[in-house]
Amino acid sequence: MKHCFQVDKSDNVSTLLDDANDEILEILGVGQNASLKVLGPVKMGHKVALRDIEAGLPIVKYGVPIGVATRDIVKGEWVHLQNCRSQVDLRSAAMDPHSGAATDTHYE
Amino acid sequence: MSKRTWPGYLRPDGRKGVRNIVLVIYTVECASHVAKEVARGEEDVHVLGFPGCYDNDYAIRLMLALATHPNVGAVLVIGLGCEYTQPKRISEVVAKSGRPVEWFYIQDKGGTPNSIALGKSHLARLRDEARRSAVLVSMGWPDLTVGAECGGSDGTSGLAGNPVVGAFYDALVNFGGRAIFEETVEMIGLRDIMLARAASPEAAKQLQATYEKAVRYCQSVRQFSIAPGNFAGGLTTIEEKSMGAFAKGGLRPIQGVIRVAQPPPHPGLWILDSVPDEHFMQFGYTNPNDTEGIMDLISAGAQIILFVTGRGSVIGSPIAPLIKVTGNYRTFERMRDDMDFNAGRVLLGELSMEEAAKELTDLVAQVASGMPSKPETLGHREYFVMYKHQDTPALDAGCHA
Repeated sequence: MKHCFQVDKSDNVSTLLDDANDEILEILGVGQNASLKVLGPVKMGHKVALRDIEAGLPIVKYGVPIGVATRDIVKGEWVHLQNCRSQVDLRSAAMDPHSGAATDTHYE
Repeated sequence: MSKRTWPGYLRPDGRKGVRNIVLVIYTVECASHVAKEVARGEEDVHVLGFPGCYDNDYAIRLMLALATHPNVGAVLVIGLGCEYTQPKRISEVVAKSGRPVEWFYIQDKGGTPNSIALGKSHLARLRDEARRSAVLVSMGWPDLTVGAECGGSDGTSGLAGNPVVGAFYDALVNFGGRAIFEETVEMIGLRDIMLARAASPEAAKQLQATYEKAVRYCQSVRQFSIAPGNFAGGLTTIEEKSMGAFAKGGLRPIQGVIRVAQPPPHPGLWILDSVPDEHFMQFGYTNPNDTEGIMDLISAGAQIILFVTGRGSVIGSPIAPLIKVTGNYRTFERMRDDMDFNAGRVLLGELSMEEAAKELTDLVAQVASGMPSKPETLGHREYFVMYKHQDTPALDAGCHA
């Protein structure tokens, strides 16, 4: 079975230790013995929600807020630029969630 | 393990090096081709240079620290002849440090082929002298300063890559060594965590000032220290990246903040501040690339660099061998020729963090003993010296006795 990793008890996201697609993962770290269904394709190193997260609420990892939900997120959903924003960095809102490429610089 | 020793080069100032390099320094971009041609194909010869014609206190301070680094046995300084930075003045500092040194201007020596030939002949003599006069002594952890940097981070960096370096740092500090980490612009949101680790009220003051300067700087240049590869690798915000990056500092108390070219005053864990200070000529990003940060760490006396990557950075460094660590087992497999240490095994459950830290400690000792790291073997010696302003560190803070 594939795994994801939960760093702190209060985290509401866990990080994938392998690519996954619509499958159940075992949670390592403080989430020992629990499991989580990943919805859709999510890549290794990326995060999925451990529970539903309402828009406007903090995304918590390492026991601290690392961002804010910009949309309602459901348990098992991929959490990244498309639904989570930094509280300090404005430019990151202009990055492509899949490739990470900047979309705000002009090449012409 | 704590009493482990290996042979090191004793320098006149009492510091010990793990390598005996001849450094070729150029003092303006116009002299770079000659400098690189002089160094081409030469064993144990590294190139470093400053591209600007106008001089810069920070750049000179950085280059002088690198020219008198414990891993450097001799120096050749090459200038064009019309630039502000003076090879002669650099040479005087190197000579005072007890190292063989030569310098010349390309314009005086009749141009390119003559300069390359002259440079090569100086180099041969300097390398001979550096080898002949080398004093090998026993060296151990208390003689070692290690610098840690991360680059090409992804979601594994904060889970395995940086934590294993942090665990090694705890050991290094326990053994009486000096451990430095930097990238204060990747400590965003961590002010209270940093302050809680301060070893003294003075350290807390320094950490607070350093933190606030880093945040102010990122806001003023409207760019935080996070890049496309980080995002593609799963890091969503600078706050998340910062929590993961900070793990490379381990858990020991933070003794204080040092500036560029300032060796840590006493053993322990230190944070290096490479962010510019307020100045009327404020321009440029504070950490334009990972290499710049590595130069700053080496300038503080780090004889070895630990570099954590997730996406797979291939860089090395001149002067101080760079050990490449990754927490991403796929990156390790895909880039075996470049990677020294696979911390991804911890995430796969193949070994514990404690076992991984012991292995890494052993690897550091091996590289210190002379075993080349992978980037060293591949010839990666990226350098970057840029214009910057940092207030000159207080004179007494630079003492490394």
